[in-house]
Amino acid sequence: MRRALPLFILLVTIVLVIIAWVQSGGITLHEIRSAATPQQAIEGLMNDIQGKNWDRAYASLANQTDIEKQAFIRDLAGSNGSLRTYSTLEKFSISPLRANSDDAIMRVRMTFSSAVGPIDDVRDLHVQHEGDAWKVAWPKPNFAKVPPQVIPVNYLRWDVIGRGPTDDWGVQNVDNPNVRITSMNAIDRPDRIVIVGEVVNEDTVPAYVNVNATLLNPDGSPLDQEGSFDTISHTLLPKQVTPYRIDFPGFHLKQVKSVRMDIKALLIPASADPVIAVTDQKMNKDQLGRNVLSGSLVNQSGQTVNISQVVAVYYDSNGKVIWVSDGYVDQALLPQVAVPFAVDVPGDVAPKVQSYHVLVNHYSTNERASS
Amino acid sequence: MSVAHRVLSFLVLAGVAFAAELHPPAQVTAGSGFSMPTSGSGDATFYLIGPSVAIKKTVHLGQEVKVDATEVETAGKYVASLCSSDNCSSSTFYVVAGAPDRLSFMLHPSRVPVSEPNAINGTAFVFDKFYNLVLNPSTVNFQVVQRSGPPLNHTVKAAHGVAWMRMPSTPKEGPVKVIATVQSANEPRVIQQVASDACHLRIKASRTAKGVLVETDPVRDCSGNAVPDGTVVSFTSVDSNGKTTVDAPIKKGIARAELPVSGTARISVASGVVMGNEITVGGRS
Repeated sequence: MRRALPLFILLVTIVLVIIAWVQSGGITLHEIRSAATPQQAIEGLMNDIQGKNWDRAYASLANQTDIEKQAFIRDLAGSNGSLRTYSTLEKFSISPLRANSDDAIMRVRMTFSSAVGPIDDVRDLHVQHEGDAWKVAWPKPNFAKVPPQVIPVNYLRWDVIGRGPTDDWGVQNVDNPNVRITSMNAIDRPDRIVIVGEVVNEDTVPAYVNVNATLLNPDGSPLDQEGSFDTISHTLLPKQVTPYRIDFPGFHLKQVKSVRMDIKALLIPASADPVIAVTDQKMNKDQLGRNVLSGSLVNQSGQTVNISQVVAVYYDSNGKVIWVSDGYVDQALLPQVAVPFAVDVPGDVAPKVQSYHVLVNHYSTNERASS
Repeated sequence: MSVAHRVLSFLVLAGVAFAAELHPPAQVTAGSGFSMPTSGSGDATFYLIGPSVAIKKTVHLGQEVKVDATEVETAGKYVASLCSSDNCSSSTFYVVAGAPDRLSFMLHPSRVPVSEPNAINGTAFVFDKFYNLVLNPSTVNFQVVQRSGPPLNHTVKAAHGVAWMRMPSTPKEGPVKVIATVQSANEPRVIQQVASDACHLRIKASRTAKGVLVETDPVRDCSGNAVPDGTVVSFTSVDSNGKTTVDAPIKKGIARAELPVSGTARISVASGVVMGNEITVGGRS
């Protein structure tokens, strides 16, 4: 009986220690430390990234001496209010590129979930065999540094004073901008009808535009109505042209007699800055073999653009709009720093593309403060 | 017929003879007080029901019923009723708008490109001081004051309270003031004549440390007006690295962009649906 109590206390203590070890990720840590294959090493790392367990993820790296912990976190969690800072790793897939007994190159496709949909980040990771375990050598991120400088910006903006509630009847208001749909093309895709085209702001003031399309039955009754949502540049400066794209999932052109287009424009306050250059645009294939239009965005102003969206329009040899695609960039655009982008082009469209034009939508957290 | 019946008939006839009656004028000008003679004797209740008024008051039959100016400010059909203990009688009369005193003036559009035929239209509604539409013919003058040159006058007869005019925009950009006047009332409006599409859009390029600085000549429309600042000009450069585009707004009359160029590049310019010239940098132009 005298021995029973200490034994019981010891047993309880051991159980509690085991529970604490399991809860603190001890099993996973053990798995990482003893990753028997490159696949296991990356899976362990990705699980930690998914759980935002940065300490353990960093601890599992083979090249901790080459990369600072903060840089590693920033590489994956984003910075400067970029889209990545609002994203979470949703899933990942691993495919081996090359492997021997000492090291391996593995391709990881990380899919981050964000408010604007999934965003892929593909990395080729070097995995090293150290002792009895495999460890990932994370590529050293190369963050651009913006040197201290003064970037002169001739700030150009439009403010709007509308008719007030106390004004008499008949007091003239400022008119909404004149905008025009310059082209429209209805495309039959395997799973949907896609309507693409362009809109121009013909006025001398900025416009907030929205394009809607209605599919009409043979008897003239509406079949479905959809809007361009975010595949358009809603804010159009004077004489600016934007592509638009409207999707009708589940419909085919054979069901449709005609399409009724509708454009609405509102006069809004706007700024002409920042100017974003789209450089090095090329049609090529990405690491996953998909057709993409890639290039770089260069923010030519002095303020950080937190979230940017690329909208690309593609023309055939007759200058007809044949496709519009878009994609968000999950890095912030620091002043004067080139940030790469790539947007998908369907495989059957890519060979027909003769030219293209890229437009950039931008969102900055300081826009509200400056307006 | 019994004596009783004869007495009753006499009293009824006598009652009809002394029944309350109103005699309003056929037409009254809005905001003008007036009196209506009544017939009969004794007290009666007077009702006045109009488009924006409903009044009840006790009056003495045989005296005039006074209607205040404030009670007939709205034009339209009025019903005046007089009810004594015996019966009610009603009459209708009309209140018409007074002299023109106010204008509602709509000038459309608020912005118009230069040199557009029939692009500007103005519509004036003529009201009296109580905002009744003046249906009687009146003369409205539209005075067009431009930045330079003498003012132009268009005189229009208002029909059924409405006068309207159309005019072309002038070839010169800038604000145009249009003043609608009727008697002592006037309403000014300003319309902005803006430059039309860019004309003869031309660019020139110079080498910089980072690439090529491309800038337009001062951007003007075909009438020589400066295209407003903020208008987007698209620069496109195609070189061995691919294609580069910059949508740059015009600032101080000129749009400029710095394009990274590798080797020989073709640079073109466009604004809206207007194309400009194309130059070659790094090779023969």
